[in-house]
Amino acid sequence: MNQILVIINRLSESFLLNCKLFALTLLFSLPLGLVIAFGSMSRFRPLRWLVRTIVWVVRGTPLMLQLMIIFYGPGLLEMSFSWPGGDSGRFLAATVAFVINYACYFSEIYRGGIESIPRGQYEAGLVLGMTKSQIFFKVTLLQVIKRILPPVGNEVITLVKDTSLARIIANKEIIMMAGEYSSRGLIWPLFATGIYFLIFVGVLTILLDWLEKKLSYFRA
Amino acid sequence: MAILEVKNIEKSFGSLQVLQKIDFSLDKGESIAVIGSSGSGKTTLLRCLNFLERPDKGSIIVNNQVIFDAMDPTTQRESEVRKKRLHFGLVFQNFNLFPQYTVLKNVTLAAELLAKERPNFKQDRKAILKEIEERGKSLLSQVGLSDKLDSYPHMISGGQQQRVAIARALALEPDILCFDEPTSALDPELTGEVLKVIRNLAEYNTTMIIVTHEMDFARDVADRIIFMDDGVIVEQGPPQEVFTNPKEERTRQFLSRYKNDKGNAI
Repeated sequence: MNQILVIINRLSESFLLNCKLFALTLLFSLPLGLVIAFGSMSRFRPLRWLVRTIVWVVRGTPLMLQLMIIFYGPGLLEMSFSWPGGDSGRFLAATVAFVINYACYFSEIYRGGIESIPRGQYEAGLVLGMTKSQIFFKVTLLQVIKRILPPVGNEVITLVKDTSLARIIANKEIIMMAGEYSSRGLIWPLFATGIYFLIFVGVLTILLDWLEKKLSYFRA
Repeated sequence: MAILEVKNIEKSFGSLQVLQKIDFSLDKGESIAVIGSSGSGKTTLLRCLNFLERPDKGSIIVNNQVIFDAMDPTTQRESEVRKKRLHFGLVFQNFNLFPQYTVLKNVTLAAELLAKERPNFKQDRKAILKEIEERGKSLLSQVGLSDKLDSYPHMISGGQQQRVAIARALALEPDILCFDEPTSALDPELTGEVLKVIRNLAEYNTTMIIVTHEMDFARDVADRIIFMDDGVIVEQGPPQEVFTNPKEERTRQFLSRYKNDKGNAI
């Protein structure tokens, strides 16, 4: 009995790392995705192609591989940059990889959302003497958010589960922790991790539904 | 005295010449109806006036001030274009209301944003916003929508949406109000209410350019008719003249085709 509580306690502690990685990734990748989206829509061709190539590479390779490249790359290439030692360096590298990866996915969702807004909205703003940034923030943005909420919600839910990939560079997240037990012949903790993810995603689903309802007061 | 002079405007999209040698002027308080078949360049003309398209040639003069000259790049600076647009208001065929704002906010939003550029905005914020809101309300009552202030665009009919769009365009007090086929996207039973609002504006001597397919309306309301075909102004004159005694063969053809269509429709 006591052992079960100890294991649950350790699983919960390690799940905190998943949660932290999740929160930090969202915090940085959501805005970075917008910057990338603008780059991929730029009228300046070289920039547009550069950004689209980066997005292609990031979306076209496994996140697991990107984690390894970002973590081991600087050392292997004998760059002057190196990650801080210990757990903090591993966590930082994982965060950077996740932010880049997710920002690229978000950027494509944003781009689709922005391009789906009828041009008439933009022109109506122009004719009313608005600046481009006023049109974006006051007219377009909320309509874009309403449209992209379902696909963004999908990505956010995927992210919850993807955080466990951070174990590939030895971040002690929940599946890695459970794996230590299963390698010693105790299999139930591994199954139990599923409950953590399920509950987390359940809460997110409720939150996303609530947001969607909040934005249902208008049609766009 | 002419409030607007359009001189020799030309515009091509690729190899397609959409406007050729467009030349006309408009007096303060006058309303012009622009008629012609689809693809004759009517809409492009309005879009040029509102700086949504840039003419390849020609110039646009408002109140004796050259606001656009194709030969003079100093008249085309992006920073000034925004202010120059305010000489004109444009009512779109598809209304283009902002769906996330209430009817009242649709009308006041642009004025509020412009007010932020006033030097005294910070001190007098409340009074300025109050004034804008009052003006918005009075414009909406002018178009008969006092009871819809807090509705969102999707909750009201197309005719009502277009009336909001007219109030929105009036809110910035443009010198010249342009209508791009304001009733073309509406069900027939809803066109009347929009035309009535425009008719009212004409009675109050609002300076207007109305691109329309409603011939009876054009004849009743406009002081002058411009008939366009293939990107040129074929004929212009008082409604009586153009409709009952057109000088040009092309005008005659267009009008008779229109009459036939109408006859068939009924």
